[in-house]
Amino acid sequence: MELFLMAAGTIAMGVLGCVVWFWGSNLVLDSIYPPRGRNAGDNIRRANMIRPWLFVGPAVLFLGVYLVYPVIDSFWRSLHNADGSRFVGAGNYLWALGDDKFRESIWNNLLWLLVVPALSTVFGLLAAQLTDRIRWGNIGKSLIFMPMAISFVGAGVIWKLIYEFRESGETQIGLLNWIVTRLGGEPQIWLTLIPWNNFFLMIVLVWIQTGFAMVILSAALRGIPEETIEAAILDGASPWQLFFKIKVPQIMGSIAVVWTTITIVVLKVFDIVFVMTNGQWGTQVLANLMYDWMFRGSPDYGRGSAIAIVLMIVVTPIMVWNIYNARKEAG
Amino acid sequence: MEGMAGKKSSLTWAVHISAFLLVVLWTIPTLGLFVSSFRDRDQISSSGWWASFSASEQTGYARTGTDDDARQVDGLYVIEGSVTEGDQKLSAWGTGAREPGKYQPGETVEIEDGWQLTVSEDGSYRLTSEKPFGMRRGERIFTTTAVPPDFTIGNYHRVLTAEGLGRAFMNTLTVTIPATVIPILIAAFAAYALAWMRFPGRALLTAGVVGLLVVPLQVSLIPLLQMHNAIGIGKGYMGIWLAHTAFGLPLAVYLLRNYMIGLPREVIESARVDGASDFQIFRRIVLPLSFPALASFAIFQFLWVWNDLLVATVFLGNTREQLVMTGVLRELMGSKGGEWEILATSAFISIAVPLIVFFSMQRYLVRGLLAGSVKGG
Repeated sequence: MELFLMAAGTIAMGVLGCVVWFWGSNLVLDSIYPPRGRNAGDNIRRANMIRPWLFVGPAVLFLGVYLVYPVIDSFWRSLHNADGSRFVGAGNYLWALGDDKFRESIWNNLLWLLVVPALSTVFGLLAAQLTDRIRWGNIGKSLIFMPMAISFVGAGVIWKLIYEFRESGETQIGLLNWIVTRLGGEPQIWLTLIPWNNFFLMIVLVWIQTGFAMVILSAALRGIPEETIEAAILDGASPWQLFFKIKVPQIMGSIAVVWTTITIVVLKVFDIVFVMTNGQWGTQVLANLMYDWMFRGSPDYGRGSAIAIVLMIVVTPIMVWNIYNARKEAG
Repeated sequence: MEGMAGKKSSLTWAVHISAFLLVVLWTIPTLGLFVSSFRDRDQISSSGWWASFSASEQTGYARTGTDDDARQVDGLYVIEGSVTEGDQKLSAWGTGAREPGKYQPGETVEIEDGWQLTVSEDGSYRLTSEKPFGMRRGERIFTTTAVPPDFTIGNYHRVLTAEGLGRAFMNTLTVTIPATVIPILIAAFAAYALAWMRFPGRALLTAGVVGLLVVPLQVSLIPLLQMHNAIGIGKGYMGIWLAHTAFGLPLAVYLLRNYMIGLPREVIESARVDGASDFQIFRRIVLPLSFPALASFAIFQFLWVWNDLLVATVFLGNTREQLVMTGVLRELMGSKGGEWEILATSAFISIAVPLIVFFSMQRYLVRGLLAGSVKGG
């Protein structure tokens, strides 16, 4: 109850604070530069120069303090030793290059980057194409899209149940091992099965992200002008040709969007590895490795920050590409 | 012509079947969790969840009565009774642990010198002998009974009270709601300025917001935690609200700006001509018209905050009273890895609210996704 009061209080305070700031500051501005009287013209001009900053001020402050400053601070920390007391230059980065776990993480991250966006896009495209053509397609779409709403941790539990292992001869309660034993195979502890366990983790993210890919690509497919499709059919294109030669090239832009967005998700992937294997058995990834260095045992902020900065550097090309596209679109 | 039609219908069938398979494949994992959350521990460990809809076979044993229960009927010593409880039906029985299902119900078997045993389908047995039995303990009868599908909500009761998930649910709610509401307001004003006000630096700010969309949160954890400690917020709700507000802002500003810039120019220009100030235009025209975009973002932020583990782990304390649901779930996965009835139920409770939000507001979510992904060239 107390908790609820606090939460309600915070909402009230937050909303009130916003209202007071935006309304009050505008009021103050209008009273300093009243839009009437002898200097009305000048006043309006001056007020209009200041007002945008009242509007964007809080957002800029938040973004600056909570996102821009930490990047700079992390970079600074990455040049220092564990507790930040001594400058070590590129030492942490050199350490990373020689560290087995770091190299394993980079390698695994690359694997994730290849597999997850590719599979999600392919399945998403397949789902979009299939469900767009049938009457119960919308229900189907909803169900494929549903994992989007499930947390990575929840998905971790869901898939661990599927990968559950019982000794050979016992009743298998994990779906995968049940199928395998039914087909005459031996049950496996999938999550410790190097190197395939990486793929069993990736499947979880593919399962979650396919819905996203499907939604974007389905909209793109519908956006293809009817005439081009009709023309292709009249010219005798087979369904396969129609799909791969006419439709796919026209939605390349959307495929790129899906691919880059999922790439970002993949680079940040943390929860799935964290709760399912915690990076053991050769499944470490950068984000989880960083968490290990920052919060486990005796923290090493220098090394942790260096890994974070590596993550940041990998993301940067996509950031630039996004900005470029957004600006191009704005004209 | 006919061939074409036939081909077309077989293609339609192929589409239907493939789509169905895909949907099933995507639904089954969640279904498994859902079904498992209604089964008790014994059921979960004795059979897969997919077997829970059909009757399962259960073997057990019971003992017959002893000499004390014997009656004399027509010169025979007879012991009678039942080996099942209630109205269970026997599908097989036996007298040895090695072959507990050796005999059919109704069969009469000589189990020892002169002892005749009959067990019928309803579980009643009749043991006869020409001489006194002379046994101290009853004879064992192994039974195979069919247990009808059985589901329980006991797991939910246990998880919500004893495992502390009820408390975690409240914590999650406490984190989520302010962290969803506050960024909307801040972002709406900023988005309006970026969309409809002219000022130097506007293009740069917009580009900055797009850039910040992809910054990995991980980068900011340590600096922010130290900053919170330095200014006295420490670990707690205030810190996590601020953090989530900030982390949600890039998407909020970006989504809302894209939406607002698409509003009809004439409406806003004519309001300006009529002497409305920017503040009035924002409040009276732009804000109400932007409702769909606001709803889209609210859903995103709600799902994201509700499902988050990393930010909560770092910015909230890690004692049992402070954990959010994802945190509890993670802890349970470590400490109760094999107790699927607890895990499945907890997981389902934690994903129930997002699923409800998802299914009831899907329209806005889709709209937001379409507007929020940077459109490629």
